[in-house]
Amino acid sequence: MWAFIHKLGSPKWFYAIAMRLQPWFWTAALVLLAVGSVWGLAFAPADYQQGNSFRIIYVHVPAAILAQSCFIALAAAALVFLVWKIKVADMAAAVIAPFGAAMTFVALFSGSVWGVPTWGTWWIWDARLTSMLIQLFLYLGVIALRGAFLSRDSGARAASVLALVGVVNIPIIKYSVEWWNTLHQPATFTLTERPAMPPEMWLPLLIMVLGFYCFFIALTLMRTCSEILKRESAKRWVRELADEAPGGKR
Amino acid sequence: MAFDSLAALLAMGGHAPYVWPAWGVTAALLIGSAWHARAERRQRIRELKRRNRRERSAAKRDAPGDFSEREADDA
Repeated sequence: MWAFIHKLGSPKWFYAIAMRLQPWFWTAALVLLAVGSVWGLAFAPADYQQGNSFRIIYVHVPAAILAQSCFIALAAAALVFLVWKIKVADMAAAVIAPFGAAMTFVALFSGSVWGVPTWGTWWIWDARLTSMLIQLFLYLGVIALRGAFLSRDSGARAASVLALVGVVNIPIIKYSVEWWNTLHQPATFTLTERPAMPPEMWLPLLIMVLGFYCFFIALTLMRTCSEILKRESAKRWVRELADEAPGGKR
Repeated sequence: MAFDSLAALLAMGGHAPYVWPAWGVTAALLIGSAWHARAERRQRIRELKRRNRRERSAAKRDAPGDFSEREADDA
């Protein structure tokens, strides 16, 4: 087990394993997102109070869950990089941050649009919305900090520290709906209770959540591999790999 | 099917201005990031191949026994 983890830290091994896993995650993401979208948009019953505007849940909740998971993944990668100086962890962190920011934006945007017909306002400064907005700024800060240094290593370390400090926001987002009075409803999925929705409503949502996760994994594997090719371009195995790789005839 | 027709699906019971933008932005960002990742990978491979070719032709030029080019350089 430890030998395997150790190997994963080597760019060459990570590249080999990631490239093998990648197509499976892309396929799973495509199938899950296609099924979940059609089911959620056309077949799930309309909500008896919200009507069809509730179909926004099928993009809002997966994006919001993933935005937070991305931040935890980002902080974990940052910790591994800072403690064990594993380069691959920093390359992963570099590609996770922009996608996490995009997902946070999707959650905020879809939530705002959903708020208009349901709450009568697109924005209020309540705990859940504000802490989510802070998360967007944390992501942008991590991305900006990485690019703000002349030396790549200094930028990587500064971004890692901010990512680690930023995790305190995660429990604040999670429990914001319980600690403070808010317009936002409590969590849709919990590990201990059945959802307060009929299965034909939450099953497509579960499929969408899984699809978003598979998409995130596939994207992160692919982009980390590209990052390896960039940073390790002087290595002999990368040179040999480029000769064998298809495409790029120009 | 929760709708009677395609038009009813598109109208979303009057909630079309909320449902479709939310879904549209999500789809655009997901498709955009996948497309970007693909373009980025192709770019990396292209750069590496170009460098390999350049170095190989440089090595051929400097190899001993190739008098034609060396004389041309001397001249």
